[in-house]
Amino acid sequence: MSERGGSLMRLKGLVKKEFLQIARDPSSIAIAFLMPLFLLVLFGFGVSLDADHLPVALVAEQPTLDSDEFFSSIAGSHYFVPQRFFGMAAAEEAMREGRVNAIVHLRADFAKTLAREQGADIQVIVNGVDANTARLTQGYLQGVWVNWLERRARNAGREMVTPVKLEQRVWYNSDVRSRNFLVPGLVAIIMTLIGTLLTALVMAREWERGTLEALLVTPVTMTEVLLGKIIAYFALGTGGMLLSVGLAVWLFGVPLVGSFWILFICASLFLLAALGMGLAISALARNQFVAGQIAIVGTFLPAFLLSGFIFDIDSMPSVVQFITHLIVARYFVAIVQTLFMAGNVWSVVLPNVFALIVMAIFFMGITWRKSKKRLE
Amino acid sequence: MLTRMIALIYKEFLALFKDPKGRLVLVAPPMIQLLVFGYAATFDLKHVQYALYNEDKGIAARELVAAFDGAPAFHRMATLQSEEQIAPLVDRRDALMVIHIGPRFSADLEANRGAPLQVIVDGRNSNTAMIVLNYVSAIVEQFNTQWIKDHNLEAAPAKLDARAWFNPNLESRWFFIPGIIGMLTLVTTMLVTALTVAREREQGTFDQLLVTPLRPGEILLGKALPGFIIGFVQASVILLIATMWFDVPLLGSLPAFYAGLSLFLVSGVGAGMLISSLAVTQQQGLLGAFLFMVPAVILSGFATPIANMPHIVQMVTLIDPLRYFLVILRKVFLEGAGFDVLMNQFWPMALIGAATLTLASWLFRHRMY
Repeated sequence: MSERGGSLMRLKGLVKKEFLQIARDPSSIAIAFLMPLFLLVLFGFGVSLDADHLPVALVAEQPTLDSDEFFSSIAGSHYFVPQRFFGMAAAEEAMREGRVNAIVHLRADFAKTLAREQGADIQVIVNGVDANTARLTQGYLQGVWVNWLERRARNAGREMVTPVKLEQRVWYNSDVRSRNFLVPGLVAIIMTLIGTLLTALVMAREWERGTLEALLVTPVTMTEVLLGKIIAYFALGTGGMLLSVGLAVWLFGVPLVGSFWILFICASLFLLAALGMGLAISALARNQFVAGQIAIVGTFLPAFLLSGFIFDIDSMPSVVQFITHLIVARYFVAIVQTLFMAGNVWSVVLPNVFALIVMAIFFMGITWRKSKKRLE
Repeated sequence: MLTRMIALIYKEFLALFKDPKGRLVLVAPPMIQLLVFGYAATFDLKHVQYALYNEDKGIAARELVAAFDGAPAFHRMATLQSEEQIAPLVDRRDALMVIHIGPRFSADLEANRGAPLQVIVDGRNSNTAMIVLNYVSAIVEQFNTQWIKDHNLEAAPAKLDARAWFNPNLESRWFFIPGIIGMLTLVTTMLVTALTVAREREQGTFDQLLVTPLRPGEILLGKALPGFIIGFVQASVILLIATMWFDVPLLGSLPAFYAGLSLFLVSGVGAGMLISSLAVTQQQGLLGAFLFMVPAVILSGFATPIANMPHIVQMVTLIDPLRYFLVILRKVFLEGAGFDVLMNQFWPMALIGAATLTLASWLFRHRMY
């Protein structure tokens, strides 16, 4: 038999060995299939930035027709769940206790000042701790206010003229549904974890138990051992990836505007990089305990916070932006957000694909070198 | 008994710190991570790249453009000459926003007809898009007020006067940095506790531990305390960095913070010990650590408010200790809270801690033989 044929046969044997190992320790299968299912369903439903039903306190020091009219426009908006309070003291108490997010306060002279030239003041106090929700609350209240003004003007038989009228178009996500960008991002985060978790301990375990040495006294080479592992876990991870993408599209109704096959190719490259990261951790630590610790510290929080999944990378200081380039998930988040919502934009996809290839080669290279060294 | 315990805790610390790589993992990342994540985690946009397509030569349009150019968060990256140039720019993610001023903008304004201003935003991150639109509408609002004043038009009969309590400039960093303290503390407790028992099981040293005079409860305590102590020290250090480096105001009572921290550590260590006692191999321990840590962080209300979640998921968050600790952190830091307002956050963590530790010690006894 030729050298090449022998190598292929050895590789087949190694892949088979890995699959047997996977089948006998069910935790790998749990990681590859149950974990993405569980996490994606939980987070896909749970994670949303669309605030509605915001509890808001309404205080009119002197209820009049005008104040009732304004309050009923707040009540008519699905963004708010209004609660009437008598007096600011009670409303402020509710705000401190967190029962309401905002207070809308109309002073006793509201109706009177409405008729005057300088106009009346509608006092709005928001709880600023959660700055994002606070800003949304202010924005929604402003919308209610504009509608109310227009309706008032119309009822008085006049046309209210706003000098500059904003006509906003949100491209790719016209309903501004946060789930549409969060769910594809979640797929990227979850698959980072899965890919790394699958391989984070395998090399370290073989070193620790001495089974790697046992393997290496046979004709197989280190490269073949590594290839065997990559092929087996890649097959397993691809299953998890398909499951996640399927859930995103069919369960969460995220439109996949771009091509499935491009997504599939990008996902495979990303998976190789994530598996490579796990293997590199494992080969560097050579000890399951430390490899586990590195995986805990080095994968989840960086992927969650530095990938652009939720926080805009362009707003970060340049040093931090530089660090985000070391995060594998960053490239895949950019790809999935574009492929899912905007379509096949090659100028976004290609540079990120290139980065994924570089990352995969980098991690595999580290693994290969670190494993090789020990042999000599 | 005390000397036995001290010896065991000493041994646990040795096991954690003797490996130089392990030492590095334990000490260096929390500080680095606080600094990196502290800068990364913000919803405030500082660098909005926008393109301008202005078809109008009038003065009013020029004034509006000047308002956008003067806004510190906006950076004009291109000035377009035709409508066809818009789409590729947004597709490529070069511009987050395009402002389109139509040819009759100034004329409409002068004639008091109401001039439309078209704004196109990249919605791939809908939250960023909403924030950009918020910034834009503030600028337009300001322009309108000025225009009405300058042209003696009839002002609106009522105006909104908005203020924010606790965080007057709505700096989202003030919201996230206390949260990062909670997250990093959780990660550390997992790091120290989740794999320890499984490692001893795999290496067979757990059996050796069992033949010593130590009782199961003592072994559990000896394994739990290092996590508690390391978490306590680390949280104190990053609290210091948060206030000194990031200038997040710390208004509330420190004793209340430490009471919250202690209870949080007890519940976090309890969860870690439970994972540890359930896991037979270290791989299972690692899996368990992730299966606890990842949902605990994502559903804690760190980045996406719990109030936005569907009811069922909100029920799930009730068993998440980080959820309570985040409320304590934010209330103590920004709202100046003390024990009185925080009681409702204290007891659930105590309950979670008691339940997990009891279960873990039961498992210690029953999975031993």
